Amino acid sequence: MLEGTTSEIRERKALRINPAKTCQPIGAMYAALGINKCMPHSHGSQGCCAYHRSHLTRHHKEPVVATTSSFTEGASVFGGLANLKTALGNIFSIYDPEIVAVHTTCLSEVIGDDIPTIIKKSQMEGVIPEGKTVIHTNTPSFTGSHVTGFSGQCEAFVKYLAETTGQKKNVINIFPGWVEPADMRELKRLAALVGVEFIMTPDTSDVLDSAMDGKYEMYPDGGTTVSDLKAMGDSFLSIGLGPLASGAAVKTLEKKCEVPGKMLELPIGVGATDEFINALRLAGDTAVPREMERERGRLIDMISDMSQYLHQKKVAIFGDPDHLTSMTRFLVEIGMEPAIIVTGTPGKKWEKKIREICAPVNEKVEVHAFSDIHFLHQWVKANPVDLLMGNTYGKFVAKSENLPFVRFGFPILDRVGHRAFPLLGYSGGMRLVEKITDAFFDKRDREDKDEDIELVL
Amino acid sequence: MSEENNTTPSPMGPHGPSAAEAREQMLEPYNKKTLRKRGKQMLVNSDPGSPAEIGANSRTVPGIITQRGCSYAGCKGVVIGPIYDVLHITHGPIGCGWYSWLSRRNMNRIRKEGETNYLQYSMSTDMQEDHIVFGGEKQLEIAIQEAYDEFKPKAISVYATCPVGLIGDDIHTVCRKMKEKLGINVFGFSCEGYKGVSQSAGHHIANNGVFKHMIGLDDTPVEAKYKINILGEYNIGGDAWEIDRIFALCGIKIVGTLSGGVSYDDITNCHMADLNVVMCHRSINYMAEMMETKFGIPWFKVNFIGVEGTKKSLRKIAEYFGDKQLIDKVEEVIAAEMAEVRPVLEDVSTRTTGKTAALFVGGSRAHHYQDLFNDMGMQVIAAGYEFAHRDDYEGRDVLPNIKLDADSRNIEELKIEADPERYEASHAERKKSLEEAGFTFSDYEGMMRQMAKDTLVIDDISHHELEKLIELYKPDVIGSGVKDKYVIEKMGVPCKQLHSYDYGGPYAGFKGAVNFYKEIDRMTSSQVWKLARAPWQSEPPAEPVSELATA
Repeated sequence: MLEGTTSEIRERKALRINPAKTCQPIGAMYAALGINKCMPHSHGSQGCCAYHRSHLTRHHKEPVVATTSSFTEGASVFGGLANLKTALGNIFSIYDPEIVAVHTTCLSEVIGDDIPTIIKKSQMEGVIPEGKTVIHTNTPSFTGSHVTGFSGQCEAFVKYLAETTGQKKNVINIFPGWVEPADMRELKRLAALVGVEFIMTPDTSDVLDSAMDGKYEMYPDGGTTVSDLKAMGDSFLSIGLGPLASGAAVKTLEKKCEVPGKMLELPIGVGATDEFINALRLAGDTAVPREMERERGRLIDMISDMSQYLHQKKVAIFGDPDHLTSMTRFLVEIGMEPAIIVTGTPGKKWEKKIREICAPVNEKVEVHAFSDIHFLHQWVKANPVDLLMGNTYGKFVAKSENLPFVRFGFPILDRVGHRAFPLLGYSGGMRLVEKITDAFFDKRDREDKDEDIELVL
Repeated sequence: MSEENNTTPSPMGPHGPSAAEAREQMLEPYNKKTLRKRGKQMLVNSDPGSPAEIGANSRTVPGIITQRGCSYAGCKGVVIGPIYDVLHITHGPIGCGWYSWLSRRNMNRIRKEGETNYLQYSMSTDMQEDHIVFGGEKQLEIAIQEAYDEFKPKAISVYATCPVGLIGDDIHTVCRKMKEKLGINVFGFSCEGYKGVSQSAGHHIANNGVFKHMIGLDDTPVEAKYKINILGEYNIGGDAWEIDRIFALCGIKIVGTLSGGVSYDDITNCHMADLNVVMCHRSINYMAEMMETKFGIPWFKVNFIGVEGTKKSLRKIAEYFGDKQLIDKVEEVIAAEMAEVRPVLEDVSTRTTGKTAALFVGGSRAHHYQDLFNDMGMQVIAAGYEFAHRDDYEGRDVLPNIKLDADSRNIEELKIEADPERYEASHAERKKSLEEAGFTFSDYEGMMRQMAKDTLVIDDISHHELEKLIELYKPDVIGSGVKDKYVIEKMGVPCKQLHSYDYGGPYAGFKGAVNFYKEIDRMTSSQVWKLARAPWQSEPPAEPVSELATA
């Protein structure tokens, strides 16, 4: 397993080995799937669309439908106008969506296709039927990462669609960030429990975790509706979760429709969930129900029960910046010691933030943005840790170093739990404690000598 | 025509209209231009003996939901990617290298201590905006050096992605320079995603590159009586290992398998074989042709999917060598293997006979897997490839009539000549005498000849057409890819992924056939589909509670 990896770390200027990120368009596609009756459209070579659909399908085990401009060499030379117009004509006549969310690729970006102009032309020529909407976001693969692609798509919803009628409503906007459909469902449950009215954008629950009932719906019931996207401009507050994924949309809405925004970290763990619940409470001018407090209390109880197994355990973790920020904070909350934290997405500010979070338990924490899993693996070889956390690609590192491994982040291609059970909120925190201790205990039970094995843990 | 008004069983199974009517319905929502295009790619197989012309290997209509991928996926993802001890570097932004990282299940084991299986690694130049603006050649050069410093591989391959071609990076010059500097083989593939109309262009580009940069480098003689190469077998789910097992039993030496489970050294030495047999015609026929021209090695088509295909292929190989001892050994192996297959097949067939299947996959699998379904007494009502050409449908005899379009013309056609020293004239002589005795070489009859009359042939099937097909016929199982799998299953029809095998397999050879029979039996007998509706959903609405209480 990963035989060529040694503990000798050489500086690399050009070669990425085992990336901890992918490209922007897949994030835009995921966000667009969270809009009701929306067709994500990839403006580029059909391989991009095929790759994104395949990987999202492998992660969600659900239909992931999207269209492509199917560029050939000719389109790459003469521009993609004709391809996009033909595509829009076919999409509306065959698949009848309410809205098409176009995202670009490195191909269409390098040749400089001007998407707003193509959309305008298509409108003028009647390619886009009356009452239907086409929006776009620029997602060149050579900047940012899949997370910034998600962020760009969310911002595009606001830019193209949010409207102000002049009458503020007693509704808040929630931008959930790039989290699982199950997490989005959990956020809605928490907001409803606190008693606020909200519009959540995007919302992939009941789209990418739809029921099996013998019928296939190209556009399942879930997803934020276009009318809700428009209505976001009349809300009195936006709560953005995860600054990288949601910050741009919140800021743009502030500017465009004067909806004040509050940015929070993703509600993973105790403190970050407290902040989310508190923000909801203040927004709704309500009291936090006793039921929520009991839920919180159960999480604290579990952390206390398991504390002896977690205390000062060293963790190597990789993933996406927003996820890592809150997860690191949670690891510190439960007494663990983040040792190395790696993301593929660029971000100097993020590195500083993570160091601050880790300062109370580990001032020498290794934090690297724009880095990769190979680097993390090499570092771990020289600096042993107790636990590895990250997406499915981490399993090769875990196997090669015989490390307990908790799957977390995108993508998870080889387990099923993320589809059904949230990691966000207090109950998500309990699930995390369970997953971490299970990983420790499973290894221990398997490897303990007969005389050491414990019945009770 | 449905079964009620026709006593002979319909080629389209017990439900639904005739293939011609279904075709009309599938084409119905298309505008004129799209209809004209799709109409040519969707045929009723009305004369299997003389297949009609299909509009394969043509552009996908923009906006149509297609299964197809790109040239890079066909080159790096399919043909070269599986070579485990070549260090593969994707030159481009991060996505392409990431998506093609271990997602194709090309299984491999390292041969000896100290080797590295590079398939577990994804390496990329992770191009940023600066590189797009100022060029990425320097970045590539440094990346190759860093890869060498880190791993000391025996060879490095480089794959170009869309922006690389557009900004004009000359990857081949960089590779030549680094080859000289490092003293190892370094070579590049201009497989930008926009080339051609599907993965197929990438296969061709990959064949050219492997031929130019790897084939024929090592002339060490191979000591064995019967030496062959298996071309177009990628060891998905361990298929190549099952074929290896059978050949070992027969005493036939496989010099190289292109390119599943193969090492760099095997490939550089595989021109020492006496025969090439071709599994996936679409992805590797170029290689078979080029090796024959240069080294004189004849080739013919085989199929190790399904026991009938496996038996036929083994017998043909034995017949080629013409050695009584080998012919007898092959019969002995077949008899022993079939003793294990037969009881499973007999048991499974009691449940699968008469069931229907449809296959939309690949450039050869939609054909090969029909054999397995036929073994089980199942009827294939519709089939089509994702990226094949006319010859894969209609047979190689149409090759002289295929007009090259602009997209195909852009893919380089290598000019190959007989190697003055290494061309084996004895192979050609052997081929000639066997041909005179009725033996066929360089043959592929295509999918349509094998399919039943009046079934449907659909190239590059679209999402809408697939949905319509299921609505009309509700096949008992569909073989397709990951993008369609859950669409199909939401409709209550089980879908077998025939790219990844749903992480199962092998399905090749005898043991593979047993695996497949059991798997299709499980899928078509599964109870889960019956759970899709709750009991109350099929009952009349309940009486109001108040009335019940007073009753």
